This record gives sequence, C-alpha cells and structure tokens, in this order.
Amino acid sequence: MNEKTGNTIKLTIDGRSCEVERGTKLMQACESLGIELPTLCYLKGVAPDGSCRMCVVEVEGGRKGGLPTACTEECAEGMVVHTRSERVVEARRFVLDLLLSNHVQTCFSCARNGSCKLQDYCLEYGVEKSSYPVGKHPHLGLADDSNPFYEFNPEKCIMCRRCARTCAELQGREVLSISQRGAQTFVSPAYDLPRGEEASRCESCGNCVSNCPTGALSSKDQKKHYRAYEVSKTRTTCPHCAVGCQFDLLVKNGRVVGVDPADGPTNGGLLCVKGKFGSYKFIHASDRLKKPLIKREGKFEEASWDEALDLVAEKLSLIKKEHGADAIAGFSCSRSPNEDNYLFQKMMRAAVGTNNVDNCARV
Amino acid sequence: MTNPFSDITQDVEVILIVGSNPEEAHPVLGTKIRRAVREGAKLIVVDPRKIGLAKDAEIHLQLKPGTNVAFANGMMHVIIEDGLANREFIEARTEGYEELAKIVKDYTPEKVAEICGIDAEDLRRAAHLYAKADRAPLMYCLGVTEHSTGTEGVMSLSNLAMLVGKIGRSGCGVNPIRGQNNVQGACDMGCLPGDYPGYQKVNKPEAREAFEKAWGVPLNEKPGLTSTQVPHAVEEGKIKGLFIFGEDPIRTDPDIGHIKRMLEGLDFLVVQELFLTETAKYADVVLPGVSYAEKEGTFTNSERRVQRVRKAVEPTGEARADTEIFTDLMNRMGYEQPCLTPSEIMREVASLTPSYAGISHSRLDAGETLHWPCKDESDGGTAILHQDVFARGLGYFYPATYMPSAEIADKEYPITMITGRMMYHYNAGAMTQRTEGLNLLAPASYVEMHETDAEALGVQSGDRVRVASRRGEIETTARVAQKVKPGEVFMTFHFEDGNANHLTNAATDEFAKVPEFKVTAVKVEKV
Amino acid sequence: MAEKRILLKRVGKMTDPASVEEYEALGGFASIKKAVQMEKEEILQQVDDAMLRGRGGAAYPAGRKWNHLYYNDTWPKFIVCNADEGEPGTFKDKVLLSKDPLAIIEGMLIAGYLFGSHEGFIYIRGEYHEIQQVFLKAIENATKAGYLGEKILGIEGFDYTITMVSGAGAYVCGENSALLNSVEGKTGRPRIKPPHLADVGLFKKPTLVNNVESFACIPVIMEMGGLAFREIGTEDGGGTKLVCLSGHVKNRGVYEVPLGTPLQEILYSEELGGGLSTGRPLGFIHFGGQSGPLGFPEKMEGMLYSYQDLWDHGLAIGSGAIVVMDDSVNVVDYLENVMGFFVHESCGKCTPCRLGTLRLRELLQRFQKGYAKAEDMQRLESMLTHITNLSACGLGQSVSVSVKSGLGNRRQVFEAMMG
Repeated sequence: MNEKTGNTIKLTIDGRSCEVERGTKLMQACESLGIELPTLCYLKGVAPDGSCRMCVVEVEGGRKGGLPTACTEECAEGMVVHTRSERVVEARRFVLDLLLSNHVQTCFSCARNGSCKLQDYCLEYGVEKSSYPVGKHPHLGLADDSNPFYEFNPEKCIMCRRCARTCAELQGREVLSISQRGAQTFVSPAYDLPRGEEASRCESCGNCVSNCPTGALSSKDQKKHYRAYEVSKTRTTCPHCAVGCQFDLLVKNGRVVGVDPADGPTNGGLLCVKGKFGSYKFIHASDRLKKPLIKREGKFEEASWDEALDLVAEKLSLIKKEHGADAIAGFSCSRSPNEDNYLFQKMMRAAVGTNNVDNCARV
Repeated sequence: MTNPFSDITQDVEVILIVGSNPEEAHPVLGTKIRRAVREGAKLIVVDPRKIGLAKDAEIHLQLKPGTNVAFANGMMHVIIEDGLANREFIEARTEGYEELAKIVKDYTPEKVAEICGIDAEDLRRAAHLYAKADRAPLMYCLGVTEHSTGTEGVMSLSNLAMLVGKIGRSGCGVNPIRGQNNVQGACDMGCLPGDYPGYQKVNKPEAREAFEKAWGVPLNEKPGLTSTQVPHAVEEGKIKGLFIFGEDPIRTDPDIGHIKRMLEGLDFLVVQELFLTETAKYADVVLPGVSYAEKEGTFTNSERRVQRVRKAVEPTGEARADTEIFTDLMNRMGYEQPCLTPSEIMREVASLTPSYAGISHSRLDAGETLHWPCKDESDGGTAILHQDVFARGLGYFYPATYMPSAEIADKEYPITMITGRMMYHYNAGAMTQRTEGLNLLAPASYVEMHETDAEALGVQSGDRVRVASRRGEIETTARVAQKVKPGEVFMTFHFEDGNANHLTNAATDEFAKVPEFKVTAVKVEKV
Repeated sequence: MAEKRILLKRVGKMTDPASVEEYEALGGFASIKKAVQMEKEEILQQVDDAMLRGRGGAAYPAGRKWNHLYYNDTWPKFIVCNADEGEPGTFKDKVLLSKDPLAIIEGMLIAGYLFGSHEGFIYIRGEYHEIQQVFLKAIENATKAGYLGEKILGIEGFDYTITMVSGAGAYVCGENSALLNSVEGKTGRPRIKPPHLADVGLFKKPTLVNNVESFACIPVIMEMGGLAFREIGTEDGGGTKLVCLSGHVKNRGVYEVPLGTPLQEILYSEELGGGLSTGRPLGFIHFGGQSGPLGFPEKMEGMLYSYQDLWDHGLAIGSGAIVVMDDSVNVVDYLENVMGFFVHESCGKCTPCRLGTLRLRELLQRFQKGYAKAEDMQRLESMLTHITNLSACGLGQSVSVSVKSGLGNRRQVFEAMMG
C-alpha cells in the first residue's frame, strides 16, 4: 500500500532530525536518538498497550490535541516532535498525580522502595504528593499473599497490566486477567482464586513480579530482607536445567538474597520458578558442609584440609599400587562448571592414571 | 542440539517434540514453545503422557513407552511411500539410504500403530505435517535416550530428519534437550571414559600423544568404565576406590539397591559435595566443595553455548573451590599441577580442544556468546551445526529395528512405570529442596495413574499406595487423572520419600550405557 | 415540516416484524434484488452520493468508509452491525431492531454482496434480550426464504450468513474496536488505532462496522438513489435522522425527521416534541448522547437540525439523542449525573479515563456540596483538557464534552456553588 511513497520517513525530534523505517513508532524513533521516554506500561517484545499515557509527546499540529503516546503513534513524514515541552511535562504530571491519588504511599515498608518506577518518575517530575483531596478508591479484600514466593497488594497497583501481559504474551499462561472496569479494575486469576492455589494455574515463575513497575507484586524475600539499593549484582548462569538462562545474583552483606532475570540470549528476561526463587536459598543453607569430614569407626569427624587430603591421596595411591590405576573410578558433576570437570578428568587421567571417569550424562 | 533455542522456536512452521516435557523439565523452553504455537507453529507431541503441551498440539501421538524406534521407522515409511523424502539432500549429503529404505519398508502405519498403541491415520498426518513444512525442528529429550534401545532411538530420529533434509539449516535440526545445566560441558570436558576433552578418543594414538605431551605423563590407553558399569565392577572386585564429585547416585541412579551394594562394597569412597547427601553418608572422606555462586567458571548449555558462571559470594566455612581441591590432591598424589585460576584452566582447555580453541573467559566477559565449535580467537562460534558438511563428511543413515524394552509388563508386574521430572524440583533436590516455598508447592512424591486403573484398585486421589517392582517397593500418594494411559503410571525421582529409583531397572543401552529409567514393570496396591 | 418516514415506513404496519412475507409485501428485499443487477462500483457510488453520515454518533461519511474497505484486497472481509445501543437518551436502534429487523438484514446483505463477504455479525446489547429474540427469528426467516445462506438469489458464490452476538452490559463495547474484541471473545476494551478496522478488524481481517440505522438506510438509498436520498436532507448529510426525544418534553419518543428540520419545530411542533412537559422555559438540551455537548437556548435560535448547523453552534447530532431539560435543572447536578455514567462505564484501561472520570466526578460533587474553591475551578478546567487530550479512545476523549459546554455557557452557576 505504502510502497510507492518509499520506505523511510524523515522527522524531527527535539530539534534533531531522524530517519526511520515506515511503520516505526515514535518510541523507537526516540530510542534511536538515545532519548529515553518515561513509561510504566511498555513491555519489550509485546505489542504496546498505550494505557499508562506516560510516554506522551507533543506533535506539532498533530491530532488529539497533539499529545499522542509515543508507544502507539507511528512516525509520519515531516513530523515535528517535542519530548519534554511544557505541555508534555504538564501532561505527565497530570498522569502521575492521578496514579498517586490511588496508590498507597507506604514506601518506607515497600519491597520496591528505591526500585519503583512510579517513585522515580514522581521524583523526576516533582510530584511530591497527590493533589486530589478525596481518598483512595478501595480495593478491599483483594490483597493476596497466598503464594509462597510473592504477594500482591492491589493498593499499589497502577493498572499498567504488565503482569497480565507478561503472563499471557511472554509466559504463555494467561493466569491473570483484568476484572471489573473503570476505577474498579483489578488484576486477578480466574474466579479470583488465590495465586498460591494450584487451581489458579500460577506456576510461580515470578516473571510478573520481575516486570511489575511498583510494589504491587513483590517478592516476599525482598520485602523482608533487602532493598534494591542495598545489593550488588553478579551476572551468572542459572544452575538448574540446560537452557542456560542468564540472571543476576543479588548480594547483600556477603549473602545471596535474591535473583533478578537478565536479558540473556536464551531467556530474554524470563525465568522459571527454580531460577527466580529456587537458586539462592541453598547457597547459605545451615546444613552446608563447612569442613572436611573423615569417617572414623562409622562416625564422621571434622578434620583439617591437610588431614583429609593426605588421607585421600594416601588411600588412592595405595589402591593404585595394589590393584592398579583401573581399580579407581571417578564420577564427575554435570552441574559444575567446565573448569571443574576438566580438572577432574585430568586428575583421574594424569594423576590417578585411569580412564574410569564419567559424569551423570547417563542418569 | 544442532540449532539454538531461538532459532527453533521463532518463525517455525512445525515443531516435532519427542519424549520431552519442557514445560516441567526446561520451563523457559516450554514458554518459548507455547509462544511459537500462539504465533502459528503447529506442534506434534510424541509422548506416552498427556503432557501440558499435548493440549496445544495439532497431533499427539501417545506412544506406548519404549516404542520410539517403531514410531520413527513408521514416520520414515510414510515419508518414503508418499514421495516426501528429500532426494536432493539424500543424494548430495548422505549415504546408507538404500539400507534404511529396506528396513523401514516393513513399518507400515498399521503395524506401527499396533506396536505403539496409536492411530495409523495420526501417524500419517504427523509424517506429512513434518515432512512438508519448510522450517520444522525436531526436539527430543530423555524420553528417547533413557531406554535400553536409547541409541537406536536417537539414530532413528536423526535418520528421520536427514530423510527430509531438515538438518544443517535454520529452523530445523535434531535437537536433544540436555537434562542438566552443564551435562553438555561435562561431556565436552572429557568426563567420559572413552574421550578426552572435545571427544578426542583415548584409544586414538594421536590424541593420546597430544595429551601426554601437554600433561607431561604417559596416559592409560584403555578406555574406562561408564558410571553405569561401575556398580557391577565393584561387585566383581575390580573397582576398589571411587571418587564422587557432586553426585548423589543413591537418589538418582536406577535400582537403588544395587547402588547401595556398590557403595558398601568399596574399599574407599571420597565424596566432594555441598551437603551430606545420602551418598555422602557412605563416604570415608567428605570434602566440602562450593556452589555455583562461590566460584568462577563456565557452563555449556544444551545449545553448545558457553556462558559464564561468576563468583558472587565467598565460600561457606572452610569450603574450597573445587578446582583448588583437585589441584591440591593431584600434587599430593605426585603429579605436579600448578594452581590455575578458572580462566587459566579454560586457556588450557582451549589449547587442547579444537572445538573450544577460540573460547576464553575474556571473550565471554566482553559480552560475546559463543557456541562451539569455535576454532580460534576470530571465530564467532557455530550456532547451527552441519550446515555444509556433516562432521563425518556424508551423513550416514544408521537403520535400526524396533526391539521391545528390557522389562515388559507381565502378569506379576502388570503396569509400566515411566519416570520424569517436575517443574518445582531438580534432580535429587539438593538445591531445590532447601527452598521452603518449593517444598510448599511440591512437598512429596506421588504416582500418577489413570482413573480406570485407580478404580480397579479402589484407589482415589490422595490415597497412599504401594508401588513395587522386581527390585524394590516404595509407598507414595496416588494422583488420579488421565495424563497417563491405562496400564501406565508416572513418578518423579526428586523425593527421598517414595523415590522411584528404588524400582527402576539398571539395564542399560548397549552403546551409550544409559539406563532404562523410562520403562519399569511395576504393580500398585492400596496400602 | 413534520415526520418523514422512509426508515420507519414499515414500523407498525406489520403484524410480525420478522416475517419475510410481510416485509416483502411492503417493498422489502427489492433493494438487494436491485443491487445485484448493478455494477459494484455503481452501488458504491450511490452510497457516496447519498452523503450518509454514520448514525452511531461519529458522523463519519459511510461512503468514505465503504470505499476504503472496497479497495482493500485482503480476504475474507467481515460485515459487523453495531447494535450496542446503550447511552441514556438514545433508544432509536431498538425501534428498528424490534419493528423492522429485516431492513437491517437487507442493509448488511447489500454490504455483504458488495464486499464479497460471507459473514456478518450483529452485536446487540445484552439488555435488549427480547429484541434479540425478534432479530434471531428474522435471521431464521430470512435464511428459510433464501436471503441468507448459500447461493443467495441464485447467484453462484453469493453466500452470506449473519450471526447475532449479545453484549454483556459494557457501554465501551459500542466503541467499534472494543466491540470487535468482544465478538472475538475477548474482553471488550478498545484497541490501539491505527490500524483502521477497515484494514485490520475482526479476527485481524478487513471489517466494515456500521450502526443499525446506517445499515437500515442502505436499502432506502438503493431504492431511491443516492442523490434523491441526499436531497431529503442537506448537502453535508443526506436523508432523515431518527431522533430520540426525552426529558422534559411532552411527546417523548423516536421520530424520523429530514436532516435540516428547524430544531424549534422538533421541540415544539405538536406532531413532534409538543413543547416542554413541565410548562417551564427550556433550560438546556443534551445532544447526541452522554458524550455530546449541552445546548443553551440563547445560542440555538434559528438553528437547523443538520450536521453542519449543529457543528457551527459548537454542538453535534451524535446518535440523535435530544434530552430536554427545563430551567429548574441545575446544570452542575445534571453534569455530575453524566459523570457518574462515565465513571461506571470507563473500561479502566488508560489512566486519564479510569481515574480522571472518578476524580472529575468528585470535583463536581465538591461544587454540589459547596466546598469548591477558586483552585478547584482551575483544576476543573485543566482536568477537562487533560482527560480529552490524553485518553486512549473516543469514550475518554468525549468525557469532558458536556462539562466543557456547561462550564463555557453557565460559568456563573458553577461560581455560585463555590464555598
């Protein structure tokens, strides 16, 4: 249809000219210039929702009062766009003011204090408190802390619907949808079933939690144990299955306290329940082995490393001497890194002298 | 896997998935497949159970356990008969076609339907759907390998993909989904009795000489024993000492009774672990190793993609990095092994392993993701295998005939038990069962059975039942549904109470020595 | 001038409105028979000539919409009739749906023939349960008589069915894209546009969505010709319009008047409105439904009831609703009530509409209670602008229309209520 008019479009954004492919949305055009627009509902990889209205920009002479949302508006030839004009800033302040008017502000006790986009934008746009005199619109009885890993607080929900879209479009599960309408809308599983119940079909992947811009969905561990500004992050690979999802271990005071998904090549920001919630508790489990153990008369006794390693070297050398190296075998660990496995087989082959080395590929 | 996950779950027309339940065992892959289906891909599920993906499937072939070879031969029969084979590909890239054609000629859809317990028409439809699609990956998992005829199953599936030319290009391939996070890497690193790193054979003199030169010692030329052969060797008195690094065979291996006899029969057992596992309790010495969060290194995922593991916290107590423990031991046993950092170890791996030659921590830290083979520093790796030629030159059709499983349900043990994973736990549960929330969601073992069997036994969901095989018996809780067919039950092996591996058969596949976890004859009674 | 019944010509003259025989006896199905003899471009030309504006409220020229769809060459195409009539003050579609359903079917059938579509849907609001039964009967009868189904009128390839879908009580489903979502089985919330529904509509296929009254005009246009149809009305909008008189007016009900009839006549002619029911002077008129503007007597002198004349006066015909209020009604009270409707009917998707309507209503309540301060007046004005500019769909964008016109013309009433 549009072929005859060519495939590129020229427009001006904040005084800079920009050339994009036909069909490009303003949001992406801004990105290409390194201009980051504020948004609460935009979710990478999913069709724009256009619901929060934070990414509104001013288009000179444009329709709808010239204030379209950049996530939904297509670039047009000759468009002149302003991303931070007075009208734009005022419009964003209006949106934040409205959202804040229906948002419980117990930031001090909120898991997402310091990592809440609503908080960040209110700071950026100077919205200290809601200017609306009338109180919250109550969502009574909908709070849900039934899931072992996360909880839902509707009074912090800004209805960006990222959780429901994550569940449906990214996770392919459709556990969550929007109930009611207007100011009464809320997100819930079918029949308002608790998220911790199997019948809700929630599989606790936690991707909705990771994608929530506020504290409406929050990890229970985060609520109790840490805030975003207290942790350092270490990018690593999930230790569970062979998909190889990338995530960040969150460390506070020398302990791993949580996991945030990363945009890895296989997981693209998603994790499963084991990756998100099941890959850090065991690191600091109280029954971790802390010292070498030697069994004496059927009982384990703690020993020093020298004692234990000497004993192992001595016993293996003795067996080798008496029965040959092939009387010794080693099973390596297919959950450990390559470097461990390489050195293990080198130890069996070069130091012990046998090829009796295998890993649990077979079992 | 010949192709990366993103390549086989985006813009594909058909996905053929055999003996794999990614929604439970590889959940993020499961998510990607669900999304592919939403975007229009047609799914063919071949699995004895009505797994979650079966309801998204265009066709679900609910095979009798242990009949994968017959299924694959049946598919090939239809493809050849109906003129859907890719003659061009066969002529240019393969050999052995005539022999294959001869063998699969007998596998008419009707005969295969009978063996597999499926509908002949469904098989025909599946063959047409798969053969006619341009982009159609084949994926499989342990439901194919964990059989006494696992190797034949794998070869048959490769034959199937070659027959229609769906290998060596984007959106296709033969894709075994590896079970554990680094099982690919452990094999790549030479933790195999016949292979040095990079699958260089120990019985090939050139390979041995190279490693002897690098390591500075003469090496044993006799291929070793597989882990599944070791228990028997212990019983025969051939193996006296065993070093187990991070494994819990008494939980995860078949026929726990015979593993127990092995552990008790050893003169000396060392276990290097995070926890005092069931297996570690049998050890003479237990060495405290460290978890993935306490050390540096790399994992190689199912796609042959090498990715970094980074140290986030210091080791617990006096636990030491595993590479340091091995280095220390090697020196104490009289082999001079310098103390290397993991990054230096990877440099040594690269120097000795052509497929890893171009891989280094520094490249990975700079943001590259590399699939092996990666032949040098300038090579960006190989995402898709066999693009122009097969590793061996021409692709060879290894024809296989269908052989029944080692243990078939009979009068005494009338039910076939299948084992597998569930989403909330991982293997022996050493990692996952220390997360309280996961235990709340999935607290205990269970046996999934069909409602007609349950009715016959007077069992309802939640009742305690006894499951017995020729090797042992356990008690567990019944979960009655229609996921399995009548005459079949399903169990996981994650739980200490009611571990299915008390029952499983240690009979292994002739070539790969993989045990037949997936088919065990059992009987079920109400407690 | 009085009523001119071209759409309502059969209403009340049939014992069974769903009867094909009675419909045919009164000239029904003549238009489809005529249409299939015409070149397709000729049908299109007639609709264009008629200057038929969309009767649902947006007043978009049907000819333009039809041309757009006609020249889209993606198939299949779908025909959808929007019968989700749900605004207070609007009740004209129900007359056609219940009293002459076959005329709507014939209109949809002509569209089906023109666009080569095989499937039509009519989305009738859930509260019209009994009317739905009448309509279903009409579909059944038309199918039996061979006007729906396969090989209609013996023409190879002219296969067309109409499926009735029931609404479930959401006003926003009257918004065409939300309606299509609802037909698809999804929650009825508006889609992001573009793409236009004529390109990506029902089940992502090109789709024609028109209102009941618009479809009912089609057989009339075929019968009399497009230019003759336009002649009845005005240059900027042809034909007649069904108007819904309600409120403080003596003869409440649905009337069919030629576009261009003086408003005075509609209100006061004995045949039509018959004047105010309370005998008091006119306070104001709410035109076109809840999303329309308020008209005040001093601004409407000599005004004709035509699209252009109303626009010239800052008003709009909209759906045809004419809600008459006498001078005893406080405009703030009235608007608070209108806002209550929007609070209830906002779908809740976008922030300005979901929370803005709520806060706007609360603000109006401050005026009612006498709490309002000067800053509230300022806030009221800024809110009206923001909600209009920032809402995602037509519903939110028109929330402010009535309040703006009220404030613009009766600022003193607001000011008098400030504390």
